[in-house]
Amino acid sequence: MSTGKYEAVIGLEVHVQLNTQSKIFCSCRNRFGDRPNANTCPVCLGLPGSLPVLNRKVLESAIKVGLALNCHVAERMKFDRKNYFYPDLPKAYQISQFDMPVSAKGYVDIMVNGEPKKIGITRAHVEEDAGKLLHEGIKDGSNVDYNRTGTPLIEIVSEPDMRMPEEAYEYLTALKAILQYLEVSDCNMEEGSLRCDANVSIRPRGQKEFGVKAEIKNLNSFKAVARAIQYEIDRQTDSIEEGDTVVQETRLWNDAKGVTTSMRSKEEAHDYRYFPEPDLVPFVISREIVSKIKATMPELPRERQQRFVDTYGITVLDAAVLTQEKRLADFYEETVACGSDPKAASNWIANELLGQMKQRDLTIATLTITPKAMANLIQIINKGLISGKIGKDVLGEMFSTDKLPEEIVKAKGLLQISDEGAIARVIDEVIAAHQKSVDDYRAGKKNALGFLVGQVMQKTKGKANPALVNKILTTKLEA
Amino acid sequence: MELFKYGIKQAREFIQANNEHFLALQRALVERAGTVDKKVNAYVSFSSSKLPTSLNQLSGGPLHGVPVSLKDNMCTDGWETTCASNILQGFIPPYDATVISKLKDAGAYIFAKCDMDEFAFGSSCETSCYNGRNNRKKKANASATRNPWNVDYIPGGSSGGSAACVAADEAVCSLGSDTGGSIRQPAALCGVVGLKPTYGRVSRYGLVAFGSSLDQIGPFTKTVYDNALLLQVIAGHDPKDSTSAHEPVDDYLATINKGVKDLRIGIPKEYFRFKIREDMPEKELMGNEGLDYDVELRIREAIKVYQNLGAKIVDISLPHTKYAVAVYYIIGTAEASSNLARFDGVQYGLRVYADNLREMYFKTRDEGFGDEAKRRILLGTFVLSSGYYDAYYKKAQKVRTLIKQDFDNAFQQCDVILTPTSPTPAFKIGEKLDDPISMYLSDIFTISANLAGIPALSVPCGFSKNGLPIGMQLMGKYFSEATLFQAAHTFESATDHHTKRPAL
Amino acid sequence: MKFDIEALAQLARIELGHKEKERLSGDLVNILKYVEQIDELKTDAIEPTSHVLAIENVFREDEIREDSVSARKVLDVLPDSSKDGSFFRVPKVIEGIE
Repeated sequence: MSTGKYEAVIGLEVHVQLNTQSKIFCSCRNRFGDRPNANTCPVCLGLPGSLPVLNRKVLESAIKVGLALNCHVAERMKFDRKNYFYPDLPKAYQISQFDMPVSAKGYVDIMVNGEPKKIGITRAHVEEDAGKLLHEGIKDGSNVDYNRTGTPLIEIVSEPDMRMPEEAYEYLTALKAILQYLEVSDCNMEEGSLRCDANVSIRPRGQKEFGVKAEIKNLNSFKAVARAIQYEIDRQTDSIEEGDTVVQETRLWNDAKGVTTSMRSKEEAHDYRYFPEPDLVPFVISREIVSKIKATMPELPRERQQRFVDTYGITVLDAAVLTQEKRLADFYEETVACGSDPKAASNWIANELLGQMKQRDLTIATLTITPKAMANLIQIINKGLISGKIGKDVLGEMFSTDKLPEEIVKAKGLLQISDEGAIARVIDEVIAAHQKSVDDYRAGKKNALGFLVGQVMQKTKGKANPALVNKILTTKLEA
Repeated sequence: MELFKYGIKQAREFIQANNEHFLALQRALVERAGTVDKKVNAYVSFSSSKLPTSLNQLSGGPLHGVPVSLKDNMCTDGWETTCASNILQGFIPPYDATVISKLKDAGAYIFAKCDMDEFAFGSSCETSCYNGRNNRKKKANASATRNPWNVDYIPGGSSGGSAACVAADEAVCSLGSDTGGSIRQPAALCGVVGLKPTYGRVSRYGLVAFGSSLDQIGPFTKTVYDNALLLQVIAGHDPKDSTSAHEPVDDYLATINKGVKDLRIGIPKEYFRFKIREDMPEKELMGNEGLDYDVELRIREAIKVYQNLGAKIVDISLPHTKYAVAVYYIIGTAEASSNLARFDGVQYGLRVYADNLREMYFKTRDEGFGDEAKRRILLGTFVLSSGYYDAYYKKAQKVRTLIKQDFDNAFQQCDVILTPTSPTPAFKIGEKLDDPISMYLSDIFTISANLAGIPALSVPCGFSKNGLPIGMQLMGKYFSEATLFQAAHTFESATDHHTKRPAL
Repeated sequence: MKFDIEALAQLARIELGHKEKERLSGDLVNILKYVEQIDELKTDAIEPTSHVLAIENVFREDEIREDSVSARKVLDVLPDSSKDGSFFRVPKVIEGIE
């Protein structure tokens, strides 16, 4: 990337599917993955004569999201039609919100490289999703599936407050955490329940005006968002340095090649001809309703993080890791509730468990280990029944069994040896076999001790209590 | 009286759960349609094989066994619904409009579907695709609906078929839809009773939308009494229509005989050409040049009838009347351009095949829409487009507020407003077809009620010199349909215009 | 009044022949001239009306009612070239993502 001459200006538009039972304007099932066009009716097929009626839950969820994003929730909102032709849009207009969105003017707190930053939220509005067009394997055409049509969406538009790809990544992570805590969306990028477009421009550092922006689409993961933004910053910088201009356009991210390409479609200038949706009435959001919803708001990631630090005495860093996903934070608290020491649980979950999950490509959603088992593992380590090192192996076993760690340990004979006589006998054998090291130690080469301890541990297959081995061995050597 | 002449009241009294009578009435109407529809062309889809063969197939209810004809823009499950457009040929809705469900629940059945102006765009039925010159398959000898009183004349529109089939006695009653006068104007021109209810009184669910903030479904009947009966069945809140009113439905027949002695009838000077009263100052002369002399005479006679019946006549003013047509053509076409965007060949109706999607859209919509539809779609697209929205659409919405306020003010002084329904009796086929504005002006007296959302009814009040029917319009406060029925029924009982039938 | 009939036709996805364009263009000029009489009115202080009735807050509850027959019924009457099993079929899309 260029030196400090330019700075990037980044704004994100995030679409989140709400996980309501039914669709936004009709009673069809709101579910991913069903048979094509199975979840449709005259309303979501946009058949002539059909009319929309708003799902109450959608507005409630939207208010929750607005509050969680520190937005002002509107006193009055309405829906508008956004007119354009596309086969996945059966009415040829999308019911959206133009000038009176449900909420606006909020912010999200993020941490970048240990520094706190606020990312402004321009607005969060409600709209309907479109259907799906399938092109693959179809000659001379495309197939349309309207199951997704009418899935409730919240579009969250950020201010152009981000300057680095890392900030975009952190913003998305924080946003996803908030939405998951609210339990309004699955936020699954693979299934498309969270989608993101990025607006990127660059300008000479110190300049106030924005540069010409490119809108990047087809971003399939948070990592892809960060990579695409970085690519775009580099591309625009090169362009300007070579004396070219950046054109305002939509570009597609190609994740395999790691580049963005211009869509270059012969698209005419868009004119969506927004106007108030005559088929839906205006909505008045009373302050009583807002307070009522506020009272039912769950604890949000930031609040939970602070509580973890205060209540469990764990580090801010661990608390941040543990609270990023609601399910993980729940897992941690349940582990503590099952009798585990909070600090030990934090260490084991934030570091060892997450590390091993990553190796196995597991997420907290697909994890089969129970908090009870996790607590049991930490307990037997703390009691000295097994060593920490054995504990890591036992954790490895736990991914593929529902036995409790203490049962695994017994079955495999992994219990730590704390019988001083037994340990002394092994030590005697080791001393007899490694006279040279014993001499070295006695001659003042104290690091020979480590080698001897290692030999004892090897002979006991790691089960000897390391503290006892140290104590007895030292006593014998110095006798 | 021949069976086919029956209105709803007589039909009910005749059927009385008697299957023989039920079938006799049905047979009489099928025969009548077979004789007269060749001339009138009111029906676009009529098939005796679709008709019930026994009363047992119908639910019991206030309209048990009563056949109802429908404008072809109301969705009927399994029965083609075309809006008289080439683009909807072959569209078979998979569901019933709410009014259809209500009719069926009340024991009625669908008799036939009626011709109309394409997508309800017109005031003469001539934009129908069943009119030979508009037909994509060039059925040159096909004709759109004609006026039963004189088949060289138009029946009015857009619900021309619904009005004509009742006037021609090939239906007991029918439903139409009214966006700017599409029930009242053809009712007046065909000499039947037509009501546009208060916006939100009748569910729009299943009515193919033209101007969503203006559209209402309403009844065409032979008498005011029948109109009240039919509205009673189709009115009421519908959870499927967000704009449907929660207001309780009045018992319309309970007050229909109350007379007009307690009523104040307002006469808006803006709707007349000459002074309403002799003692008016000269400057009050309205000079509404478009108003036909015969029409003005009949309306003045009607005012006299009301005076004699004891109603209080009051002069009122609706000062923004002259802007109504302009406002309507902005708002109505804007909404229509969006409502009709879905007709793109993807899911149903006409698809003109092409190599790529874009071309399919352009070709389908070119071949599928007639001239007037294109005109309105383009106009609506324009008034919503970026840079023009404020000057046209938003401005029109503001003037709409002024028109609505005019009525709020007027109804401080009166209970009902009486005006001509249409400035002229029926005109000749082809007379205005190539002059859009002159055609638009035939709705000049009816449009305001749609913009304000108030109920308005047209009732026959006599004939022109050349024997064509003339209607008067009664407009009321929101949800005052009972008052309109009361006023209209009292007039009807004192006159015999409604008893006259065309010679066919 | 100035307007670009071609641009409007593009937005509305209607193919217009040359003569048709001229004719409709002429009609639109006249209609716009007519509707522009509303410019006489001063409306700065007037609120626009989108809905004539003061109805607000109309909801349905978040409940499922299956009605999957509708898509099947719509597909049933389509010619084969317009469908593919339970999918609707359209010609090749060359417009890119909207």
